[in-house]
Amino acid sequence: MTTVPDAAPTTVANDVIVAIKDLSLSFGGVRALVDVTLNQARGELLSVIGPNGAGKTCLFNCLTGVYHPQQGSITFYGQHGKATEIVGRKPHLVNRLGIARTFQTSRLFNGLTAFENVKIGVESRQHTGPVGAMLKLPRTRREEREGDARSEELLEFVGLRARGNELASALPYGDRRRLEIARALGTNPHLLLLDEPAAGTNPAEKSELGTLIRRVKNELGVTVLLIEHDMGLVMSLAERIIVLNFGRVIATGTPAEVQHDPAVIEAYLGAPTDDDSYVPIEPDPDGGD
Amino acid sequence: MSAVASTTLTLFRSAKQSAHVRRGVACILGLLVLAVMTGPSGSNTAPVAGFTGSLFHSRVFIFLGIGVGLWALITVWNLWGEAIRRTNDSLLTLPRRLLPDRRVRLVIYAALLAVAIILPLHVNAFWQDVLVDQIGIYVLLAIGLNVVVGYAGLLDLGYIAFYAIGAYSTAFWTGALPVHPPMVLNAFWAIPFAIGTAMLSGVLIGAPTLRLRGDYLAIVTLGFGEIIQIVATNLQGVTGGSQGVSAIPHPDVNLPGIHYSWLIDPLPYYYLLLVFVVAALIAYSFLEHSRVGRAWTAIREDEVAAQSSGINVLKYKIMAFAIGASTSGFAGMLEASKISFIEPGDFTVQLSILILVLVIFGGMGSLLGAVVGAAFLQWFPWYLKEHPMFGFQDQDLYIYLGAILVLTMIFRPEGLIPSRRRKREFGLAEHGLGTADAMSGTTDPVP
Repeated sequence: MTTVPDAAPTTVANDVIVAIKDLSLSFGGVRALVDVTLNQARGELLSVIGPNGAGKTCLFNCLTGVYHPQQGSITFYGQHGKATEIVGRKPHLVNRLGIARTFQTSRLFNGLTAFENVKIGVESRQHTGPVGAMLKLPRTRREEREGDARSEELLEFVGLRARGNELASALPYGDRRRLEIARALGTNPHLLLLDEPAAGTNPAEKSELGTLIRRVKNELGVTVLLIEHDMGLVMSLAERIIVLNFGRVIATGTPAEVQHDPAVIEAYLGAPTDDDSYVPIEPDPDGGD
Repeated sequence: MSAVASTTLTLFRSAKQSAHVRRGVACILGLLVLAVMTGPSGSNTAPVAGFTGSLFHSRVFIFLGIGVGLWALITVWNLWGEAIRRTNDSLLTLPRRLLPDRRVRLVIYAALLAVAIILPLHVNAFWQDVLVDQIGIYVLLAIGLNVVVGYAGLLDLGYIAFYAIGAYSTAFWTGALPVHPPMVLNAFWAIPFAIGTAMLSGVLIGAPTLRLRGDYLAIVTLGFGEIIQIVATNLQGVTGGSQGVSAIPHPDVNLPGIHYSWLIDPLPYYYLLLVFVVAALIAYSFLEHSRVGRAWTAIREDEVAAQSSGINVLKYKIMAFAIGASTSGFAGMLEASKISFIEPGDFTVQLSILILVLVIFGGMGSLLGAVVGAAFLQWFPWYLKEHPMFGFQDQDLYIYLGAILVLTMIFRPEGLIPSRRRKREFGLAEHGLGTADAMSGTTDPVP
């Protein structure tokens, strides 16, 4: 799936879900993102990697309306391929368009149960207002039932059905990450942004998570954009990889291509110097994080 | 004197082993202090009259009795809580309800309602007045503020402004203000106008200010409360100025065949209030367990995550503000038409704080807590004042309220009857998870 060229022409093919063009974001003198341009095809599992501080999470925050980049545009092709500009939209409106996300350090509603966490996501697509809620009108009851059913379904999908009544804060780390995915899926996204979902999980949880992400893509047909430091996971999941360093795209291509790109190796391991006494460190066989 | 102090200290030290003993000592000492505080005042000729008249007088036994009773109550309460906690790992799952059986709860609510209906028939006119002016109105105000502070986690220090707006709009529509309405209405017909005006002003003040977080919102609402009071004082041509507005008509019914005026008998007002309180309780408890209530909880816990889950944070905050304001507006209407006189001095910032104290004391986010907390804190000073044994003085009210608030914060920060959600949040905050409150304003905007 490397068919979509970056620096796309202004007429974008119908199967592009999000097109980022010349995106620049700076905080005072710090340039967090510099002329980032990338396209993601609908259904493509794209991964963004890069060393710490490369601007990966900043990119997500721009994509979800949390940050307002000074320059550039992000066009989202949501339902029926209708183009919408993301830059300048509020986070909840971006979510409404069909972009959902998880956070680097999970941000669940800790005082609520797993079930309620998912239900809050599901309910953001419902219509019950305060009057309906106060009077328990028939529509409110119906939506309540539908929301319960959908939340159960999503908990089942991520494998947490049995833990629905436990507090989010009481769940083990891996379960928390999956719960966050379930909450995000509750908002019926077209595009799901996962910010380091495997951070802090053990190998068993990691492989379960890999399976889950694949199922999100294949069974639900949701396009996934993945930030991840775990190279094993990225290499096995991603169809295409974009490498960021100091806010710039330094490489893009299939996992195999990126792995051997000298610019990428340099970003992760440092440049070899002219000094002959310098012995470059061999990259780690499974990727070198 | 030093002997007493050293004995007390030893008692305290030895009591370290047993929380029960320590609590008992604290209760008795506290009540002795209260005995002195409520006792006779000293004068130049009898400088220690406050002590001798309290500690060496039969009164002291009553206070000692209350102290022991209080200690027994706390001990029983704690043992009960312990029993519940033991059957339930409180951090892993929902805290259990105090009364798990739904039918038992309904029976208790019905019994409370029956008491509320029958009670005013069996007390004298003075206490009927207290039931309406001091207890009923404040219960309603506390229920309304509970939506703002307890559900949505917004610290509103200008809540009384909406009460003032409700009262003044009633005065306007019934033709009591210097400016005249397009048509003079019966006080009953002023109800929707009072509620509507208060709600509208809630939306208007909320829309620009609810973007602020925590402390900033508190300051802005504090300012808003002051503005309303100062406008009411100075806009003489419109509001009647500091003289106030008098002769606000009482509600009456003027249908063909039925003529009935409410005048000053407090009972009809009481029952109207009761209907509204019960309606508000039912509606708000549905609200708490609906999509809207969960959205408020989400916002309180993590605003950024709530936004990213598609919740329009500003809309829900304004909603909470408007619902609280309209409740307050109705209370204002009732007060204005019952007393038939209002003045700007009725709407001071102290009252906003008093209502906040009622909510915090009862337990933020808990309807039952708001009702019980407000009813108790409003009834208790009047009881002390009226009962010949205590000789309580009016101007001391805020000393006691302050003391009660401090004690609540130390020993029971979640309030008298906390909501289960809030209880969980406090439990989590103690374990370093979450801030327990959006009010603390520590949520960082950057994920």
